[in-house]
Amino acid sequence: MDMATILLRRMAAGQGGVIAKVKAEGELGRRIRDMGLVPGTPIQVQGRAPLKDPVAIRVRNFTLTLRNNEADYIHVDVEGEA
Amino acid sequence: MKGVSSEVLIALAGNPNCGKTTLFNAITGARQHVGNYPGITVEKKEGFYSLNGCQIRLVDLPGTYSLTAYSLEELVARDFLVQDRPRAVINIVDASNLERNLYLTVQLLELGLPVTLALNMIDAAMNRGIEIDAAELSRRLRVPVVPTVARVGKGKEELLETVLSVAEEDRPWEPLHISYGPDIDPVLDQMEALIRKAQFLTEAFPARWTALKYLEGDEQVLTKGREADWAISSRLERLSDQVTVHLRKTLDTYPEAIIADHRYGFIAALLKGGVLKQNKKADRLYLSDQLDRVLTNRFFGPVLMFIILYAVYQFTFNYSRLPIEWIEKGFASLSGFAETVLPRGPLKSLVISGIIDGVGSVVGFVPLIMFMFLAIAFLEDTGYLARVAYMLDRVFRTFGLHGNSVMAYIVSGGIAGGCAVPGVMATRTLRSSRERLATLLTAPFMNCGAKFPVFAMLIAAFFPANHALMMFCVTLLSWASALVVAKFIRSTLLRGPSTPFLLELPPYRLPTFKGLLIHTWERTWQYIQKAGTIILAFSMLFWALMAFPGLDERERGRFEEERAAVLSQVEPGDRELLRTIGEGETEIPAEFSEAVEELKEVDRREAQAALKRSYAGRLGTTLEAVTHWVGFDWRTNVALLSGFAAKEIIISTLGTAYSMGETGDEESVSLSRRLSGDSGWNPLKAFTLIVFIMLYAPCFATVTCIIKESGAWKWGLFSVVFNTLVALLASLLIYQGGLRLRLGV
Repeated sequence: MDMATILLRRMAAGQGGVIAKVKAEGELGRRIRDMGLVPGTPIQVQGRAPLKDPVAIRVRNFTLTLRNNEADYIHVDVEGEA
Repeated sequence: MKGVSSEVLIALAGNPNCGKTTLFNAITGARQHVGNYPGITVEKKEGFYSLNGCQIRLVDLPGTYSLTAYSLEELVARDFLVQDRPRAVINIVDASNLERNLYLTVQLLELGLPVTLALNMIDAAMNRGIEIDAAELSRRLRVPVVPTVARVGKGKEELLETVLSVAEEDRPWEPLHISYGPDIDPVLDQMEALIRKAQFLTEAFPARWTALKYLEGDEQVLTKGREADWAISSRLERLSDQVTVHLRKTLDTYPEAIIADHRYGFIAALLKGGVLKQNKKADRLYLSDQLDRVLTNRFFGPVLMFIILYAVYQFTFNYSRLPIEWIEKGFASLSGFAETVLPRGPLKSLVISGIIDGVGSVVGFVPLIMFMFLAIAFLEDTGYLARVAYMLDRVFRTFGLHGNSVMAYIVSGGIAGGCAVPGVMATRTLRSSRERLATLLTAPFMNCGAKFPVFAMLIAAFFPANHALMMFCVTLLSWASALVVAKFIRSTLLRGPSTPFLLELPPYRLPTFKGLLIHTWERTWQYIQKAGTIILAFSMLFWALMAFPGLDERERGRFEEERAAVLSQVEPGDRELLRTIGEGETEIPAEFSEAVEELKEVDRREAQAALKRSYAGRLGTTLEAVTHWVGFDWRTNVALLSGFAAKEIIISTLGTAYSMGETGDEESVSLSRRLSGDSGWNPLKAFTLIVFIMLYAPCFATVTCIIKESGAWKWGLFSVVFNTLVALLASLLIYQGGLRLRLGV
């Protein structure tokens, strides 16, 4: 099975994956971890706001929304993409 | 043996949206607002509960996801736990969302607090196919675990009994030791030993916890440490730096991230082996997600949002119309009663013009405000407001704000009604001081429940055909002004990058009818209290300012002469009849009607002259030098000055001013009808006044709050001066532009 690591921003609605790395530091990094986004966590993109930003994801049984420029710090392992 | 009537301090901690405030209300019976928006609980709330002869003092801590001193709420919560040292802590967690909720629990335990876990919304979790072995969880965490359903008060007694027994044990704090992996553990031990030996900050924090905070780079603890003992602090910082450098080189990460990973690892291990079972079959698309597919849909989302917000207007206006009429009629008859009972003189004037008119015009809007609050509470409690923040963040960011600014704006009156005081307080959910300041400085532009009646009165007078539509436009205008000014402030005085968004969308919940009524009543009651106290006091103060010093002997004599001149036209025998006409319901004979009208005209001019000579009138007249450019005469100026006390006073001042200027008018005509009949007014002037009131200096309660929340006097002063300048500028553009386009004729 093919695996690829892509940025959360690049994920399509409905696509799932597992967080590989969180590059954010400082306040943003802390906030991302507080919400349970750490490596090894499965996530699924639920959708995007009407203006395509922020993005809503399903993580640990709840819905979290984050801006695209924040999603850019999150690398996700997804299946079947080149 | 149990302590006799001793007071036990217990703290209530938990994530936002886990039912914390609901549980707090269920226990203490205190009536607060329960919202579905993260971080609505920002102030410290206390409640009391009596159990087994013990008085429990329960403190509702702000809802936080963590204790990392990321936000003001987290700092408040942590400081309280460390400084007030509650005997026990109820940590309420959402059973459907256990993993993330336990992240806070772990941090409470790292601090060594005597925690009791309330496994809340256990019913909803079971419906989702989530099974939790509470007994095993309790054994592994070594804390009591009690399943609860706060909405219906289930498990409340058991929880309190458990917590009380924990509190009565009164054992010393036992910090939880977790392994943070081979990179952190050795240095953590080393630092802990160093801290223990030097007694460094140990009176406040457990040694290992301080070491952990040094590794996490916690600014608050670092500052405290440096103050306490510079040398030890430096050594700890050096140790921490060494690990950081090492981790950067080898793993491209840093201690804080590793520590968080291991906390989640600890939680994952905790929930393994049957403690948490997720029934796969039940893991379907929940109703909440299905609703979101429509409500936050690219096309339908914004359309529905607009429709929902507009529906709030229709709802509040249509349903409040009838009760408002009843109240107006009630006060009119009260006025009429006072008219017949009280003797002529200053007391009568005070009672009718100062008290009845002043309070009546405010109380008349209570139904309107009640329906508005009901609508807002509904949107808040269902979870829809968080979706509004989600959908609007992109827009807000453009103006240098944050999706969370929506909350402050809406509480301040962004939907309909509201108050800038809680609105300014709601900005505490914003971490960045820049976005927070920009939000709290512009939130007072929103149409609060106090400005609302003023607008409603002016609109009723000058735009009666398009009542709801006009109100909607006024609201859109206040949003536009707030956003544009925010952008201006964020690109001049408060320049800087934006802060993280990361907002939880709580599941949609159907609010309980009782809950809605409590919230609505709470807010409405606050409004009534304000009307009954501050407004009444200021209504009387301004009556005095307008009644004194009064006309001098010479001027009064001149009006007497004019009266005598009128009376001299009729037969001496009828003069006494004419004099009494103003007071009773005497039928006016047709042949005297002309003379009566002339007498009334004299009275009116006398009252007007007296008002103009009054202290308030003089100040208002002086200000005409500036305000004539925007079409305001001294009467409007006086009303606007009084509005600094509270915006709703604008109505009572205008009302008092106009009723004083038209003594002898038997009918109790509402102010709006009086203004619409006044030749000095027209729609352009009314609209200019609406815009001015929307934008000018916030009331002194809000200014006090701005000072408190921003931590600086200068921002309070700034809001008064800056907002008034903005208001003058906007009014000038509208009025002079309107005159050029001949809209005022």
